[in-house]
Amino acid sequence: MAPGGDINAASEKFLRGKYAIVGVGETGYVRGSGRTTRALGTEAVRKAIEDAGLKPSDVDGMLSYSFNDSTFSPTIAGELGIRPNFYMDVYGGGSSTEALIGIAMGVIEAGMCRTVVIYRAMNGYSEVRIGGTGGRGSVAPVGGEGLFTRAYGLMSAGQMFCQSFMRHMYDYGTTPEQVAMVKVIHSEHASNNPKAFYKKRLTVQDVISSRMIVKPLHLLDCCVETDNGTAIIVTRIDRARDCRHKPAVIQSVVGRCCKPRADMHYQAGPISTVAGHYAKDILWPNAGVGPEDVDVTGSYDAFTFTTMLQLEDYGFCKKGEGGNYVSDGTMRLGGKRPNNTSGGHLCEGYTHGVNMVIENVRQLRHDVDDSCPVGPDGKRQHSYDYREGGCRQVKKVEVTANLGWATPGQGSAMVMAQDKR
Amino acid sequence: MPVKGEYLGMPLHINDLEHDYREFFGYCAKHDLHLQNCDDCKMFRYPPTTACPYCASPRATWKPVEGKGTLYSYGEIHHAIQPVFRQYSPYMLLLVELDTQRGKPGEFDGLRFTGNLAAPNGDLAPPDLVRSVGIGTRLRIVYKDAGEGISMPLWTVDESATQPARPWRYPIE
Repeated sequence: MAPGGDINAASEKFLRGKYAIVGVGETGYVRGSGRTTRALGTEAVRKAIEDAGLKPSDVDGMLSYSFNDSTFSPTIAGELGIRPNFYMDVYGGGSSTEALIGIAMGVIEAGMCRTVVIYRAMNGYSEVRIGGTGGRGSVAPVGGEGLFTRAYGLMSAGQMFCQSFMRHMYDYGTTPEQVAMVKVIHSEHASNNPKAFYKKRLTVQDVISSRMIVKPLHLLDCCVETDNGTAIIVTRIDRARDCRHKPAVIQSVVGRCCKPRADMHYQAGPISTVAGHYAKDILWPNAGVGPEDVDVTGSYDAFTFTTMLQLEDYGFCKKGEGGNYVSDGTMRLGGKRPNNTSGGHLCEGYTHGVNMVIENVRQLRHDVDDSCPVGPDGKRQHSYDYREGGCRQVKKVEVTANLGWATPGQGSAMVMAQDKR
Repeated sequence: MPVKGEYLGMPLHINDLEHDYREFFGYCAKHDLHLQNCDDCKMFRYPPTTACPYCASPRATWKPVEGKGTLYSYGEIHHAIQPVFRQYSPYMLLLVELDTQRGKPGEFDGLRFTGNLAAPNGDLAPPDLVRSVGIGTRLRIVYKDAGEGISMPLWTVDESATQPARPWRYPIE
């Protein structure tokens, strides 16, 4: 049976349209926050609660994820006077956001709590750098699974993923210039995002002439490392409709879907195919829409390649044509289906995925925080002029997709839509 | 007693509970490649596991495997993160597909080893050797002794094999 083959696409029994994201919060995206992850997490959660128009006492569920480089939920709860009826702090990075949204829906459905805040707080530049540079891990003794990885100088994300990226170039003729366009386009989007850490517009030449880190990854093919806290609030649709903003309605969610051989994905299948190949068979039938119905994507950009591989395997283009898809202008603001309109991890800041969900929530609200003037109703009056320093609101946004990446072998995803009511 | 070794200045250890890793690296110490072969479905597997990834059987026997294969993909590390690797940069992270069990259990599956490119004596490859290798290059296993009961498996160009005229490499050198 095909993965997801037991899912009945005609029914809405998988909670389609029954839950929503009602609040988003973030700190600045900086290098050198000068604060603890406790302070960052607290600020992000507080802002998400305010954004939803809720009080801390309205939130009774908490979920967080980290690589043990964050502050756990009970501490953040204490700061804000939240009394959790449920909380869980899980291990993990990229792809956790959508997975935890699914868990939040499940625990609310089970009656364990009513409204869940999900956050990720990290000093990803000034404390624990995900690339491992200067970290304890780079000099620790080698044992266990490390005998098959670190003993060979294989420990950072780029080192773990490079073989999949290279094989895609071999299998399909993908070029460095095509892939560099992901950074170019995200940098254009970031130039219209006052919050973005990197706001400068770049060219393909800038990317491919930047120094080589892990072939095929130049420095500018890799995302930025930053310090930040980010948070979102999930609740049931009936409660969501009482909140401040129009709900971003969750249509379907996939959490940490794996390729075969989750222990070492290289053993199975073409390695230029990633977990989205399996996740798509859950995502689209459950959402009741397909890639052609999506107006805005948030394809995780830990690297330029991760955006491309996922868009391809989720079916936004034919397998092998990802290089063309990411470079032909489709995913640029003003194009057919913009991707990571905030600038994403490559430019806005590194959050392990939360900021890409926040951006799509704002796109669905039609209230992206760009430089357009705020009208008397408190909403921005968007110009749809996407030139540098201008607007980044997409004109028509009814359906969005987030494609979260952990590794080539593991990913998560979510489809959201505007509330039709 | 844990197995202890040292490789490129990195301390290595395998504790008493990691029976499968002790077996694997113990054979490597004899410069001999052995992998677990499932007693039930007869499939080899890599890396060592406590059950069969293909049929879940807990029963397996260590059997010899020829240490020859083709470079399936690679990365070339120019910015080393671990201090010990800086002096060897750029170094190659290889994904080597063994001839044994190639295309099994599925058409695109195989036994794929992570490792580094080395000279025939097991030293990490110098830059000119790195530049000569790409997808399609035929490779053979070599070992670098790291201590009692542990040697590190590495890969070098198979001099006795027919090599592709131009192995595929990243287009910008």
